[in-house]
Amino acid sequence: MTAADTIVPIDLEGLPTRSLPEWLETMVLIREFESVLDDLSLGGKVVGGVHCAIGQEAVAVGTSRALTDDDIITTAHRPHHHALAKGMSPDAAMAELFGKATGCVGGRGGTMHLADFEHGYFPGNGIVGANVGLAMGVALSLHMRGVPAVACALFGDGAANTGRTWEAINLAVVWKLPLVAVCENNMYAVETRIDRVTGGDSIATRAAGFGLPSAQVDGQDAGAVFRAVREARARALAGEGPTFIEALTYRYLGHSTGAEPAYRSDEEVNAWRSTRDPIDRLRAALTAADLIDNDQYEQGVARCRQVVANAVAAAEAAAEPEPASAAAGVTGFVVTLPKNLHE
Amino acid sequence: MSELVTVGQAFKQGVAEEMRTDDTIFVIGTDLVRRGGHFAQVKGLADEFGLARVRDAPISEAAMVAAGVGAALSGMRPIVDLNFIDFSLGAMDEIINQAAKMRYMSGAPVPLVIRASSGVALYASQHNNSLEGWFAETPGLFVVAPSTPADTKGLIKTALRGEDPVIFLMHKRLSGTRGTVGGPDAVVPLGSAAIRRPGRHVTMLAWGAMVAKAVTAADELAVDGVEAEVIDLRTLFPVDLATIEASVRRTGRVLVLSESPRVGGVAAQVAAQVQESVFDWLDAPVHRIGAAHSPIPHNPTLIEALIPQPADIVSAVRTSMRRWPSTDPASADLG
Repeated sequence: MTAADTIVPIDLEGLPTRSLPEWLETMVLIREFESVLDDLSLGGKVVGGVHCAIGQEAVAVGTSRALTDDDIITTAHRPHHHALAKGMSPDAAMAELFGKATGCVGGRGGTMHLADFEHGYFPGNGIVGANVGLAMGVALSLHMRGVPAVACALFGDGAANTGRTWEAINLAVVWKLPLVAVCENNMYAVETRIDRVTGGDSIATRAAGFGLPSAQVDGQDAGAVFRAVREARARALAGEGPTFIEALTYRYLGHSTGAEPAYRSDEEVNAWRSTRDPIDRLRAALTAADLIDNDQYEQGVARCRQVVANAVAAAEAAAEPEPASAAAGVTGFVVTLPKNLHE
Repeated sequence: MSELVTVGQAFKQGVAEEMRTDDTIFVIGTDLVRRGGHFAQVKGLADEFGLARVRDAPISEAAMVAAGVGAALSGMRPIVDLNFIDFSLGAMDEIINQAAKMRYMSGAPVPLVIRASSGVALYASQHNNSLEGWFAETPGLFVVAPSTPADTKGLIKTALRGEDPVIFLMHKRLSGTRGTVGGPDAVVPLGSAAIRRPGRHVTMLAWGAMVAKAVTAADELAVDGVEAEVIDLRTLFPVDLATIEASVRRTGRVLVLSESPRVGGVAAQVAAQVQESVFDWLDAPVHRIGAAHSPIPHNPTLIEALIPQPADIVSAVRTSMRRWPSTDPASADLG
């Protein structure tokens, strides 16, 4: 028996069939994009380390494909998969990691602070739990302005143990805001396994106590995530308020660049990688449904690698931001402050 | 226009006028709808503007400020009313890491006003923190602290027409202070100080409740022929250095007054800026009068002992005049 024999294809029921090859290719793009980051970081090209989400691609693609450009998402410190799934150009994302002027926020943000308002990707957050409240605030604005769109917060199991996550959820419930809260439970907050630090049966049951629909979904199944977010979005647009989704997923790499995951067993990692990989499972379903063949898949992988290689080359060639601009644009109101004597 | 209104009423007038012309302005806070806020600062607004624009929230400071930041990023102009500035401590990440940095990090403006009552009054240590220095030193935030009804109205209107986060501090002891206010177009710009009492011998810099104490002290000093100029900073970031410098060039002496402990804070910052920029005009060291390095207690006698009083200011001015005789003949033989 080979590993492929044990891969359970996802259920394609109710999914937009013609779009599914694009879903798969986007998941591959995310993985290829993140696969080059550790080396670029350790080689000093990407400034500082990064948090990769390899293994969690189905949560990103399943969520974003259930949303439109008018819907917004907010993310936390592990954001590349969401940014790319929501439509940020790989060039703008990679250049931002390099800190270049052509980055999506001109080199000011880096990995945790990507932003692309045009695609509804609101500025990412480096503070665990903070982005749920921001999405709730955007949902409030959408609600007050009568805009038919939703705000979706994507956060981890770690954020589910911050008080303000639940402050935000509660406020969304009492104000019936169009918020979709997606908890990406990858089982580890940095290196702390969730069952060591989390009371109750599950994050989803905790959320249910706040009085909103809440359920766990298989986060390695892009279709399951898609269906859950699509339903949550429809509820929100119907004025029925927020929904909580706990997507059970897994990150293959350590918490951040160079981190050796010594806190978990090889068996655990291999079990997730060999049989539950989100790309393998979607590919298996598409293959079985004759929506894609091996050649087409390999061509897609080659395209993604080229896109990533181009993004790296463009980022390397791009200009540094102007040092004179370092303190520009802190506020809209122009403030003239005394200079240092040597200036 | 000649009607006297309280600081709270002035705030409400300013907010109401702006809400009438800009339907993206709304208020989030606790006990706003019926009670009108703890200082009646929004009393009646819910009747005029409805429950969608005057929103009662749970006591969830982080969620309230986050709601404000998110809404501000998405086309609205929220006012988040935190009651007491002490309660901002439950939303400090939302203020410092989210609201203040968003424009720099992403280019997106955050037109958000955070209103809170501040300054030293009753109810001990957890309701009387002087946090203005923390906010004033955070890039991306504006901090205002008006002391009159007119400035309160003029500054809230400016804050609501801007596109940056403004920490709007209203001193608890000034809530009932009455005065006239300007009309719908009377705005007070950010970063502009006001000379409350002109004088030529010494400059006193103050804000909030210390302004009135400075004026009281100045009146007492005038009996001896010392004419103190009292400047109300009104905005704590950015500080109106031009007005301060012009005054110090005339007087040669400066005292910075505050209710905050003397370690750090706005007074220390202003003192440093003054000596950097007008050192050559100074006849005496820049002097700061602040609170003892202590939390605020319950007992009024203890509070009074901690916080600078007019007598402390008078004494400091006399010491300053004595130690560094001015060339001004009017003050040459003083004390």
